Amino acid sequence: MKYVEEYRDRSAAERIAAAIAAAATRRWVLMEVCGGQTHAILRYGIDDLLEQSVELLHGPGCPVCVTPLETIDRAHAIAMQPGVMFCSFGDMLRVPGSNGDLFALRARGADIRVVYSPLDAVALAEKHPDREVVFFAVGFETTAPANAMAALVAHRKKIRNFSLLVSHVLVPPAITAILQSPESRVNGFLGPGHVCTVMGTSEYAAIAEHYRVPIVITGFEPLDLLEGVLAAVRMLERGEVGAPVQYGRAVRDEGNAESRRVVDELFDVTDRKWRGVGMIPKSGHRFRYEYRHFDAETRFDVHAVETREAAECISGRVLRGIDRPTDCPAFGTRCTPETPLGATMVSAEGACAAYFAYGREPERRLPLVSAAARPEKLGGRNGAFR
Amino acid sequence: MCLGVPGKLVDVNRDGEVSLGRVSFDGVVRQVCLELVPEAEPGDYVLVHVGFALSRIDEEEARRVFELLAELPVLAERPEAVAEDAVGDATVLVAPGTTVKDTA
Repeated sequence: MKYVEEYRDRSAAERIAAAIAAAATRRWVLMEVCGGQTHAILRYGIDDLLEQSVELLHGPGCPVCVTPLETIDRAHAIAMQPGVMFCSFGDMLRVPGSNGDLFALRARGADIRVVYSPLDAVALAEKHPDREVVFFAVGFETTAPANAMAALVAHRKKIRNFSLLVSHVLVPPAITAILQSPESRVNGFLGPGHVCTVMGTSEYAAIAEHYRVPIVITGFEPLDLLEGVLAAVRMLERGEVGAPVQYGRAVRDEGNAESRRVVDELFDVTDRKWRGVGMIPKSGHRFRYEYRHFDAETRFDVHAVETREAAECISGRVLRGIDRPTDCPAFGTRCTPETPLGATMVSAEGACAAYFAYGREPERRLPLVSAAARPEKLGGRNGAFR
Repeated sequence: MCLGVPGKLVDVNRDGEVSLGRVSFDGVVRQVCLELVPEAEPGDYVLVHVGFALSRIDEEEARRVFELLAELPVLAERPEAVAEDAVGDATVLVAPGTTVKDTA
C-alpha cells in the first residue's frame, strides 16, 4: 500500500456513488470545510457524480482565502521594510493586497522567499543573522503545530532574527457560525480529516450533538470523500447525529497530543476576523505574552490599514453555504483567479477558484451518468481516477 | 493548504535540538521533522504536512475503506453505447440483476 492510488479507483467510486443514490430518499445538503476536500471534489468530479443525490456546498475551508485583506496588506508592509527577508508558503504569493501581490513586491525589490516548511524559514534566519526573517504563518489547526514548532526551534537555538506574522484560523467556531446562521441549508458536514489528526474528534462530536447534525471526519482521496458522504447520508436517513471517523488511517479520536501541547505553549485563542465572513469569536491564535518577541506585528510597527472589499463579491454567502460560486454574476468574467474580487477566488483551494479551474459553469451542470459515458470527467483530463 | 502526503519513514536522525527523519514519497526522499510524532519508527508510514510528520498511518484502519467496498453491490458492466443512451438515467448504475432503487 502507498495510501494514495488505492483510493482513486473508478469502479469503486461508482459503486459507492450508487450506494449513496440508493440510500438517499431526498437530496441532502452536505458541506465540507476543508479546502483540500473542496479541491478534490471538483477535481475528481465527485459533485457531478453525486448530482442527483447530494448537494455539496463548500465552506470556509481555505485559510489563505479567509485571511483578511488588512492582514495581507500588513504582510506586504513588513515585506517592504529594509533588511527583511519575507518567507511564505507558495499559495500566499498570488493573493492580492491593496497594492498587488507578493510577486509584485519582489519585482519592486522586496526579498520574498517561498518555503516548503516553516523550518526552512528558521534555517534562513540561522544562515542570515544580519537579516530579519519573517514567516507568514497562515493555516488551520493542521499547520499551527508546524508554525509553533518553528518558533520553538528558533527559541531553543536562540535565533533572535526570526518572527512570525500569525494568521491561524480554527475550524469548529466556523462550523458553529454556519450552523447558527438562519439562512443555512446545511444538513450535515464532512469534517476536516487533517485538522482532526491534530485536534481529535471531541470538538466535532460536541457540535454534532448540540446542533443535531452528522459530521463525518473524512479524508481527501475520492474514495474517502465518497465514503464520508455515504456515511453522512445514512446517518441523515436514520436521524442519527455524531462525529464518526471515516479517515481512521490518520485520525485518532484523541488527536495528536504533542502537537496540541506545542500549540498551547506558544499561542492563546483569540477572536479573529475571517475574510468574507466577518468576526468569529475565539477562532484564531495570538502569541502568548512570554513568546510575544516572535510576533512580527509587535516587532514591526505596521499600522492598522483601511481596506475595502469589492461590493459585488458574494464570497461571504458562498463560504456560509447560502450561494454557489456560479450564482455570482461576476464569476469567471470580472472575477477570475488572475483578478479575484474576493476570498473564495484568491487561492486554488477556494470554492470559486476550484469551480473556475475545473470548468463548472451554470450551463454545464451534468446529470448523473455512468463514468463510461463521461470518461473526460473521471478518467484522464486531470489525472483523476485510475 | 492542509495537504497531507503519506510517505514511508526510512530512518531517523537529529539536527542538534530537533528530531528528524528521512521519508520516502514513492521514491522521492525528504527530511521531515518528527518532533510531533516521537513514536514513529523506520518502516512506518507517516502523514506529512509542511515538513512535519503529523500522524502515523494505521494499516488496519487503511484497509477499512476496502472492507466497506466489499459490502457494496458490484455494478453491472455495460457497453459504452448503452451507457451513452442512458445519459441522465439514474438507474444506469445497477447491482447484479436488480436496479439501484431495489437495493435500498
